[in-house]
Amino acid sequence: MTITEKLLARAAGRDMVRPGDFVNCRVDLVLANDITAPIAIEKLAEMGATRVFDPERVALVADHYTPTKDIKAAQQVKKIRDFAKAQGIKHYYEACEGGIEHIILPEKGLVLPGDVVVGADSHTCTYGALGAFATGVGSTDAAAAMATGECWFRVPETMKFVYTGVLGRWMTGKDLILHTIGLVGVDGARYRAMEFCGPVISSLGMSDRFTMCNMAIEAGGKNGIIEPDEKTVEWIRPRARREYTLLHSDPDAEYAQVHEIDCTELEPVVAFPHLPENTRPLSEVGDVPIDQVVIGACTNGWLEDLRRAAEVLRGRRVAPYVRCIVLPGSYEIFLQATREGLIEVFLEAGCVVGPSTCGPCLGGHMGILAEGERAVATTNRNFIGRMGHTKSEVYLASPYVAAASAVAGRIASPNEL
Amino acid sequence: MSVIRGRVHKYGDHVDTDVIIPARYLVTTDPAELAAHAMEDLDPDFAGRVQPGDVVVAGRNFGCGSSREHAPLALKAAGVSCVVAASFARIFYRNALNIGLPIVECAEAADAIQAGDEVEIDLQGGVIRDLTRGGEWHFAPLTDIAKELLDAGGLVPLVRRKLGVE
Ligand code: SF4
Repeated sequence: MTITEKLLARAAGRDMVRPGDFVNCRVDLVLANDITAPIAIEKLAEMGATRVFDPERVALVADHYTPTKDIKAAQQVKKIRDFAKAQGIKHYYEACEGGIEHIILPEKGLVLPGDVVVGADSHTCTYGALGAFATGVGSTDAAAAMATGECWFRVPETMKFVYTGVLGRWMTGKDLILHTIGLVGVDGARYRAMEFCGPVISSLGMSDRFTMCNMAIEAGGKNGIIEPDEKTVEWIRPRARREYTLLHSDPDAEYAQVHEIDCTELEPVVAFPHLPENTRPLSEVGDVPIDQVVIGACTNGWLEDLRRAAEVLRGRRVAPYVRCIVLPGSYEIFLQATREGLIEVFLEAGCVVGPSTCGPCLGGHMGILAEGERAVATTNRNFIGRMGHTKSEVYLASPYVAAASAVAGRIASPNEL
Repeated sequence: MSVIRGRVHKYGDHVDTDVIIPARYLVTTDPAELAAHAMEDLDPDFAGRVQPGDVVVAGRNFGCGSSREHAPLALKAAGVSCVVAASFARIFYRNALNIGLPIVECAEAADAIQAGDEVEIDLQGGVIRDLTRGGEWHFAPLTDIAKELLDAGGLVPLVRRKLGVE
């Protein structure tokens, strides 16, 4: 069995499962945010569930429209906060102590290797980087999981991606996953597990692994997954407050497809509007002037990402007429970035440093694009209207490329500065 | 499951949930309010044009992107009776069934049927007919779980049963 099959089999109380099987699994954690929780709360009431199955196993994060952007958003967030209080849910996060859901849940040790997690947010697949099965669902599914502690799944076929060779300068997990999405397309992994492995993956730190699994959904994947190794354990051990299980794919596990990707010749990748699959190597981007840069989001709001952006921005200035917005992924990261002097680097370079929020990533607030404006963002989606006006454009890239572009005023490589 | 009949609104591949219901409207859970902005960023006239019972026909990967259940909710509340697509993104697929919005995967039908056509969809029998153009296509029967969900009218009644409510 693959690691994904083992995770689902274990949670379903079965010795083995095959792709295509329908299984009912117990879930270790259920997540919802300030957009999806309000509907989930209504559905719970409709279901006649007066209590969640386990208040310790439910996490509610207000991150999309916080600090609340208007009265309606405030009403929604209040509804979740009141619900959390009434249900005794401790893992409610908003403002300080909080941040973006897919960064704070691993950071606080709420998701562990071996877990099965559902979240009413499509990027829940991020936690696959820990060797957990994690997938996005809608509000009704999340409500059902909150009520019963269970969720049904169709066991997915697995596509294996083996990354070999050596990463060049300025290459990151973001470039690898964008390259991969460009290769298979935005529905190339639909309904499937994407297992990332090979020597290059072993060489990556945890933040790059989270970034890669985060974007599995951008290829239509059900989950992204990386087998846990020493780096995983080193990262999670100090955070974990319950037991965890390290699972691995069997040597004879069956895969629907195997892709081998030699990374040695790869260069940083940019995804053009309006689909993440519209990728181009940085050297083939051409002259694309920009108005805004966003560094942050659940994709690239990790400390490592801020260090990379700061490495490029140190001693330089953001180009005239360009807004560069930096949003650390969590308050823990914000604090650490402050201690390391990164925030000072951003401010001296002329960046706006804002709260840990989704904000502009989904066109919520704090950096909305006008008609005709272009942004380079470390986010994960560049759909029509995603960051603002339907005639605005979002280009997806790594923190290195985003920071270099902020300085150049057009999409650029750090090498050009 | 009854036979569905309606007029077609047609779209291409990869219709994402950001255009089905843009994030700026996600500060409400009211279906009527969501319906007023359905498809706004792809087809601004949709909400004004759509009639109860209408069918949405689209290409590959319909509903890709965010997990927002507001997307199938907005379509359903706007009066859409069924979505036919060459394929669906998985979260949208689950969400639609969970809220009781019928969806049908059929690439040939999705390709041939044109905007404005009147179509008839027999969910039980697995047949789509284009009454305007005269084509007929068969689609794979729904899985047991999908059938159970649509028969019950969504996931809520199933969970009520499981919890022993009523
Ligand atoms: S940062 Fe963007 S992609 Fe991530 S959870 Fe927030 S809105 Fe979704």
